[in-house]
Amino acid sequence: MATHSNNQYYVPHGSIYPAIIAAGLLSLASGFIFSVATDKSQELAYLQTPGKWMMILGATLILGMTFKWMGAVIAESITGQYTSWEDKSFRIGMIVFICSEVAFFAAFFGALFYMRILSVPDLAGYDLDITPYKDFLGTWPSSGPGGMTVSGEFKPGLLHPMAAWGLPAINTALLLSSGATLTWAHWGLIRNNRKQLVIGMALTVALGIAFLICQAAEYHEAYTEMGLTLESGAYGASFFMLTGFHGFHVMLGTIMLIVILIRCMKGHFTPEHHFGFEGVAWYWHFVDVVWLGLFVFVYWL
Amino acid sequence: MSTTTVAHHEEHAEHPTGIMRWLTTTNHKDIGTMYLTFALIMFFVGGAMILGIRAELFKPGLQLMNPEFFNQLIGVHALIMIFAALMPAATGFANWMIPLQIGAPDMALPRLNNWGFWLLPPSAILLTLPFTLALFGIGDGALATGWTFYPPLSIQGGIGVDFAIFAVHLLGISSVLGSINIIVTVFNMRAPGMTLMKMPMFVWGWLITAFLLIATIPVLAGAVTMLLTDRHFGTHFFDAAGGGDPIMFQHLFWFFGHPEVYILLLPVWGFIPQILETFSRKPMYGYKAQVYSFWAVGALSVVVWAHHFFTSGMPVPALLYFMYSTMAISLPLAVMFFCWIKTMWKGSMSFETPMLFTVGWIILFGIGGLTGLVLADVAADAQYHNSYFIVAHFHYTLFAGGIMGIMAGTYYWLPKMTGHMYNEKLGKLHFWLTAISFNLTFIPQFFLGLAGMPRRIPDYALQFAEFNMISTIAAFTLGLSQLIFVYNIVTCARGGKKATDQVWEGAQGLEWTLPSPPPYHSFTEQPTVK
Repeated sequence: MATHSNNQYYVPHGSIYPAIIAAGLLSLASGFIFSVATDKSQELAYLQTPGKWMMILGATLILGMTFKWMGAVIAESITGQYTSWEDKSFRIGMIVFICSEVAFFAAFFGALFYMRILSVPDLAGYDLDITPYKDFLGTWPSSGPGGMTVSGEFKPGLLHPMAAWGLPAINTALLLSSGATLTWAHWGLIRNNRKQLVIGMALTVALGIAFLICQAAEYHEAYTEMGLTLESGAYGASFFMLTGFHGFHVMLGTIMLIVILIRCMKGHFTPEHHFGFEGVAWYWHFVDVVWLGLFVFVYWL
Repeated sequence: MSTTTVAHHEEHAEHPTGIMRWLTTTNHKDIGTMYLTFALIMFFVGGAMILGIRAELFKPGLQLMNPEFFNQLIGVHALIMIFAALMPAATGFANWMIPLQIGAPDMALPRLNNWGFWLLPPSAILLTLPFTLALFGIGDGALATGWTFYPPLSIQGGIGVDFAIFAVHLLGISSVLGSINIIVTVFNMRAPGMTLMKMPMFVWGWLITAFLLIATIPVLAGAVTMLLTDRHFGTHFFDAAGGGDPIMFQHLFWFFGHPEVYILLLPVWGFIPQILETFSRKPMYGYKAQVYSFWAVGALSVVVWAHHFFTSGMPVPALLYFMYSTMAISLPLAVMFFCWIKTMWKGSMSFETPMLFTVGWIILFGIGGLTGLVLADVAADAQYHNSYFIVAHFHYTLFAGGIMGIMAGTYYWLPKMTGHMYNEKLGKLHFWLTAISFNLTFIPQFFLGLAGMPRRIPDYALQFAEFNMISTIAAFTLGLSQLIFVYNIVTCARGGKKATDQVWEGAQGLEWTLPSPPPYHSFTEQPTVK
């Protein structure tokens, strides 16, 4: 670290964006609570409309300020405020952030394994004289002993799982190849080959969007044709929450990739200095790895 | 320092004044001050809530409030004290002291740091707003489930539960941001020569804390998200009819909840040896042993969670595993206790307020730890579970072990932060009132718990009346004596005897080489540590 003693660490001037984003989050959260308050008490129905407006206000503030904040960071980056010292901070920070994301997904994988290995078999294993679930077989996939409701009609134990080797397999191929095109783009960046970089990034973005379209199609099929919904017991809950949060991350990752693609076209990155690119690439690979976990444990096995 | 550096420094020292300074600041000391002030305010908000509880428990029968409101006060008291008082206080000291202690110009990610703080006031609003809304007839008040959100109660509850879920989300984001910042600062901002094994204990404590937060806070976020979807979107994570399990929530919650105990305590375990070596005027004993003990406690803390619900039902091998692994935590803790005592051994000790709090802390935290060992025993726990014994136990670890440690740190560093000495006489008075009334509040609760008084119930049998009366009177004394603390801090911040740079005769470390108070930007030129 002795090399740093000569240069100044860049401490940015004050910024109002974080405080406004925090206020936006408050508005978004309380607006959401108001808009779903009727679930627990019909008397609160009059909160629905103000709640929606609060959500719109909050989301607008968050998006607008995030845009401004990232713009400020990009401006600082291209005016050369960041040296290798700041760069290292961003790298460590990004790694730690991805670790926290891993922990978040681990909670949902944990719930999946708990239900599949412990609670569903347990519910089938009780003494027949005392259990209310006499016909329930504790096999996976399961919508639980209470059955599920399909278009208003109660069907005990009915469940069609999502097959692994249809759309999900295509999605796996899409995401894996997007990881490859991203790496190819990175090679282009390191060799200062702008054309390879931009083509690689554009391909990656296209593959990300294709993934999202396939997943939307899959959800549509699940809801309209298979009767598989968020309310389909243990399998439905873990399936939609895991793939849903993953899909949300793919969406965020795609937006970030688009920003990076624009920055690549503007020539913001040099072979030596391109943390913005690498940070997003790491995030994308993380999303990729989570998908592999999903494919194996949610769809396949 | 070259002239260019001076010019640079002064240009940076310009900052907006008034509210804009605090809203926009990226300075680690400003942000630290905001964290500490926020923590102190919320300490009194949470304290006022629990005095309401104690007033209700002054005698048997229902006098002041209905049971629902009683339960709401209990849940919000705990959430505020843990997430809005103790954690922000520790983070405030981290912001103030880590850059000073490792010779850094600032925290590594200053804007993120600002965001981390400004997420706290919205979360405090989310936690307390349901009380206000209920006054206007909107909803039925705050969450009445206790701070642990156990389903199915939390799935049936009103909008108070939703508010608490989102408060936990915002507090979680804040903690993760703070942890990212601290980990990056520790790994990237140390002065030349400040190797990891030369770092002050406080920095080590916070490094392990940050790792634990990164590993566990997102799991809590996941758990309360499942709760939210169970409440509003028809999932069955915690509903047996769909193949889920309410006990799964307890596993997810306590996977976060147990490390949380050490998240609250590790920063304090960092203060303690530093204060001990200062006032014993000799180097701390067993630095390496303490660092390794931090790692051991951190690692063990994520694999022992189920001891919080032995009575919920678990296979016997699981019970045995969680019992033995919990007891294993006492080994590294015993190492630390030994090191703390050995640091004082044959030292030329003096007992200024920080030292009084520290020595008192060692004894009281010791009681907290030993009663925890009793609770870890599966067979014994069947009696103690959900009784006042456990309430007394975790207040010995979190009030004595957490808040009294924070107070020791406050008195220790206040002269450095403000540039003035606090009133020593009032500080000592504060210590003795706190220590005595704390014990009088909670020792009776051990006996109440052993005699069978359940927690979280507003009414109780006549046989428990005397001990509850003692506990309530002592709790009010404890609460009121904290006003001395505030008075002492405020007068110290406003003026008083000038503090020297070193402040304490035996103080060691980089933060004592700077003037008191330190300049707005501390180490523009990094010092070299030999």
